[in-house]
Amino acid sequence: MRRGALLAILTLFALAAFAASLGFGPVAIDLGAALGAVFGDGPEALRLIVLEIRLPRTILALAIGAALGISGAALQGYLRNPLAEAGVVGVSAAGALGAVVVFYFGLARIFPLALPLGGLAGAAVGVWLVYALAGRGGSTATLILAGVAVNALAGALTALALSLAPSPYATLEIIHWMLGGLTDRSMTHVWLALPFILAGTFVLATLARGLDALTLGEDAAASLGVNLAGLRLRLVLGTALAVGASTAVAGVIGFVGLVVPHLLRGRVGYRPGALLLASALGGATLTLLGDLAARLILTDREINLGVLTALIGAPFFLALVLQARRAEP
Amino acid sequence: MTRLAADGVTVRLGARVALDRVSLAVEAGEFVGLIGPNGAGKTTLLRALAGLVEPAAGRVVLDARPLAAIGRRDRARRLGYLPQDGTIHWALPVADVVLMGRLPHLGAWDRPGEGDRAIADDAMAALDIADLAARAATRLSGGEKARVLLARALAGAPEILLADEPVSGLDPYHRLEVMEHLAGLAATGTGVVVVLHDLALAARFCRRLVLLDRGRRAAEGAPADVLTSELLASVYRIEAVRGRHEGAEYVLPWRRVPSSSS
Repeated sequence: MRRGALLAILTLFALAAFAASLGFGPVAIDLGAALGAVFGDGPEALRLIVLEIRLPRTILALAIGAALGISGAALQGYLRNPLAEAGVVGVSAAGALGAVVVFYFGLARIFPLALPLGGLAGAAVGVWLVYALAGRGGSTATLILAGVAVNALAGALTALALSLAPSPYATLEIIHWMLGGLTDRSMTHVWLALPFILAGTFVLATLARGLDALTLGEDAAASLGVNLAGLRLRLVLGTALAVGASTAVAGVIGFVGLVVPHLLRGRVGYRPGALLLASALGGATLTLLGDLAARLILTDREINLGVLTALIGAPFFLALVLQARRAEP
Repeated sequence: MTRLAADGVTVRLGARVALDRVSLAVEAGEFVGLIGPNGAGKTTLLRALAGLVEPAAGRVVLDARPLAAIGRRDRARRLGYLPQDGTIHWALPVADVVLMGRLPHLGAWDRPGEGDRAIADDAMAALDIADLAARAATRLSGGEKARVLLARALAGAPEILLADEPVSGLDPYHRLEVMEHLAGLAATGTGVVVVLHDLALAARFCRRLVLLDRGRRAAEGAPADVLTSELLASVYRIEAVRGRHEGAEYVLPWRRVPSSSS
């Protein structure tokens, strides 16, 4: 399939999922009415549901899914390993730790931007750590071990913050947020995260050519004119912006960045650069559908989106590890 | 005429001095073999020539301009580099791998055009791999992969090609094939520097050899002057059968020289 056609189809999927996310929920709203409500038509109650409840989480699911998809594709391309993903390698956990620190000290109440900035700083440290531990083109085992190490470190520090939390209520609030989800997110969250996510996604999209060249290894890429130091800096910055801001408002939503590039890689002819935009669109679609499922599976309450993606993603990850083990004697 | 030269280059890798004041020049149309035992600094010298490692002392110049002063893209267009580690990390079609040779010739947001594809197709045809165009690059035999990677380097139409061990792991037929291509490239005006472990191939194909030993240049000159019994014994610690066939020198490593220190 030609790349343009693939991107067009993925865009249609994402738009359809976006519309479905506005329409479906405990109260079913038909598509025309939902779109009307977005533009200020229809009865007050309907407008309230669509604009105040569904629109923010729909926008967030779209943006966060795109961020997770493109960052997964970028990390995999850069590390040349199909098992790299923000959640697996601990970048999400590090971002979550950054946000927990902000929660813990109550910084978000004084300065709302502290939340995404905390997530961003944490994610940036996480990417650096993984890079320092696993290097480039390292073996799958090294990468996974690096992920285990970063996840463990971030988890330990997060647990420390939880155990020292001022009140049980604060502990509960942090835990619930860490499970990952888009329940009760408002337009404030959208405005807090969206600019960072957009900037990060844009930065990651500029990596396409460098990631293509890295297919042949670092020396070959450098000899083709790729600025490796600049590429690495943009990868860290883009991932930190996109994943850090996503984690700060939605907690840890794992495996989207693992599953989506894996499903689309063959369709873009295995070119890591071409996988970036496709994975952003695919990630947005998957996250929108996941959030929809999280709302609809149980009738009396919602499942956390992060829990749902982990339930689906973890077995998938397991299968990929087995596949990688067969390939690496 | 294009001329790439390392001038008294010293390279440190960590605490180790990998290259110690080594000079080497290659001009358009020359075919230079870079030989030496393991760890002699061949790859490091080639990487320095390609601008991939910064010399601690000395400098590398391309047409009298320091390499460091030439822009990344411009340098990439003029110097081709074929690394020793020929890993292709993703299952791209062979045609896309070869097309990557055109990257330095594209603007920041350009996609390869018809002209680029035609050049890549020519490179594939020259190396007899046109029928592999749609094959996944991870599913190639050693000989096929060597030719695909060489085609990638040729697609960039470099003025100087630096190839690190392009024949390692190949059977005799494909070794000769790759060497013939490189010699043909030199004959049509490209400057070629090739790192070789196979002394027979080095003697047979290269007009000039540079012998490295523990980071220093031990000898330079025509194969007959470099592959002498004395140098083979002192640098490689081997004894070789030597002779001439069809007007060319040949060398066949025969036995190790007992080490004098042990």
